Amino acid sequence: MWSFRVRGGVKLQYHKELSSEKAVVAMPLPRRLYLPLQQHIGAPAIPVVAVGDTVLKGQLIAKAAPGLSAPVHASSSGTVVAIEEYVAPHPSGLRQKTIIIATDGQDRWADLPTPVIDDFPLGVSPSELNSRVAGAGIVGMGGAAFPSAVKLDLKSRYQLDMLLINGAECEPYLTCDDRLMREEAAAVIDGVRILAYALEVQSVVFAIERNKPQALAAIRDAARVEPWIKVMALPTRFPMGSERHLVLACTGRETPSRKLTADIGVVVHNVATARAVARTIRSGEPLISRVVTVSGRGIREPANINVPLGTLVEDLLVFCGGLHPVPHKLIGGGPMMGAPMPSVQVPVVKGTSGVLALTADEVNDGAESPCIRCGSCVSACPCGLVPLEMAQLVRRGDLQGAHTIGLQDCVSCGSCSFICPSHIPLSHYFNFAKGQLGALDRDSRRQDRIRSLIQARNERAAREAETKKAAAAARKAAKAAAAASTAAPAATPASQLEEST
Amino acid sequence: MDSTALTHAAQAVGAIGLLGTALGVILGVAARYLSTPVDDRAEAVAALLPGSNCAQCGFAGCKQAAAAMVDGRASPNCCPPGGASTAQRVADLLGVHLTMDASDAALPTVAWVDEERCIGCTRCIRKCGSDAIVGAAKQMHTVLPEACFACGLCVAECPTQAIAMKPVAPTLATWHWPKPKPKPAAAIPLATE
Repeated sequence: MWSFRVRGGVKLQYHKELSSEKAVVAMPLPRRLYLPLQQHIGAPAIPVVAVGDTVLKGQLIAKAAPGLSAPVHASSSGTVVAIEEYVAPHPSGLRQKTIIIATDGQDRWADLPTPVIDDFPLGVSPSELNSRVAGAGIVGMGGAAFPSAVKLDLKSRYQLDMLLINGAECEPYLTCDDRLMREEAAAVIDGVRILAYALEVQSVVFAIERNKPQALAAIRDAARVEPWIKVMALPTRFPMGSERHLVLACTGRETPSRKLTADIGVVVHNVATARAVARTIRSGEPLISRVVTVSGRGIREPANINVPLGTLVEDLLVFCGGLHPVPHKLIGGGPMMGAPMPSVQVPVVKGTSGVLALTADEVNDGAESPCIRCGSCVSACPCGLVPLEMAQLVRRGDLQGAHTIGLQDCVSCGSCSFICPSHIPLSHYFNFAKGQLGALDRDSRRQDRIRSLIQARNERAAREAETKKAAAAARKAAKAAAAASTAAPAATPASQLEEST
Repeated sequence: MDSTALTHAAQAVGAIGLLGTALGVILGVAARYLSTPVDDRAEAVAALLPGSNCAQCGFAGCKQAAAAMVDGRASPNCCPPGGASTAQRVADLLGVHLTMDASDAALPTVAWVDEERCIGCTRCIRKCGSDAIVGAAKQMHTVLPEACFACGLCVAECPTQAIAMKPVAPTLATWHWPKPKPKPAAAIPLATE
């Protein structure tokens, strides 16, 4: 099956060989687990344990908040030693509420929901599957960490016809999905079938980039029993794994600006998400671990590691033999779209696909020089934008101007920054501008709320003044009446006098 | 009353009526075709401003500031409590091009009550335009940060200097990348090894 042409994109050096032949190994249990309440897009979860509580592996420790949210479970058994502000795995280095568990080393399991063991058709309804996925705290594990159950529920609002499984793994260095597809192809395909059943779609496409031939072979093999699952080999080109571009490459359908892929009938789930769904449904286990690629030339022994969530990156690096030579940059996620880590003492969370220690010669960090208008960024942009123009507007402070020429269609893939011969941090400009516009938007809504408060206060003040005036008038009238009644007897004789005359 | 008098009266009523109708039509047509457009943007701008008349812009109140913005006597970003978002909305309405920079925009602040100093006099509460301060006489006052729009009137009003404007700390939900700073160009190595 041929893929459709996607415009733009860049050819990269992948460096996947650093870790692609390393089988997934299990991380020994760390002494402490740091589980942030927000490891997903949406509202932070609400703790349901207190300091001093004993928790079991897989036990719910924070429930999902109302609205868009996801619960958090204990990755191992132990004692809750603190629920406090702790550095988040976020480039800002800000702190967030984190449940800290001292593990007891026994890994005792909590009571789990009954596994669904029957073959297809499953003995449970799609909505039951959906609530199990929600209860297990599964989020998109490609990096965006969007609650998966919400994506499964898209069928209630959109006409869906296709499930697309994202096995592109187009970021350099990362090999966790590659290893998962090679080592656990059957479980991944089982997860795909469960997702398709939950979404009630008939058509499934499994997309893998051609630079992963073993994964392609393994998935083709596992999917042989299910001929309706089409496995597609995609050309190796960044950012093939971007949701919109993957849909375009596989179906030829382009997602309209500011819309979801669900608007054109496609739901995309990541390979690791499918694996997590299969595990939850088949064994009842919530999402408490994930495969993380630790790589880069600054790592002594690059590896793919199955890590309990909440493990500190520091422990992970020690497990990989430490940092050598001293890296230039430490990145969470891939080198193109990932973000610098504020410290090594941040936990691995549901969306952490990789930890990269890059040396200076692996980082394209040259000094910025003026734009020569070569247009490389224009041809590289997979969204059909004009990065040089947008960056110029943002630099001048004209965010609205950048918005007008499509800033919000930028997916922050970083292709333009990568290709720029002048080392202009183009995507940094766009990330700033998008953030700033978002802040302005939030501020507008806040101003509207405050204006209504001011209006209410002004109206109340007017009402109070009115009442006071009325009261004063009433008092005055009463006084006048009283004065009249006292004056009246005195006046009577005079009028009588007048009448009598 | 004889008939001639009646006829005269009818004639007079008719003439006045005719005159009235004719003039009315002329006035109507004139109003339709010879009118000067009324500039009602001042009101629209005033609707975008906070409306608490805090006078930080230097005008008597929000209505006056709005009129000045429309006339071009004041810039759309002259309203400090309105902040960058209000400035942008006013600029959009007036068709003015507003170049705005993150470094230009003052960091958002909210009022904060120092509990050591507050004596519970309620003067700030009476001054606050958006009911953002809660408290009662001889009781501790506190600011609801969500309702405070940083007009600063309470700071000036407080007899014990217990109120200060504090910057709003960014959270994970509100943080975003700062504007990239141009990197100094690296010295081109002139080595001739």
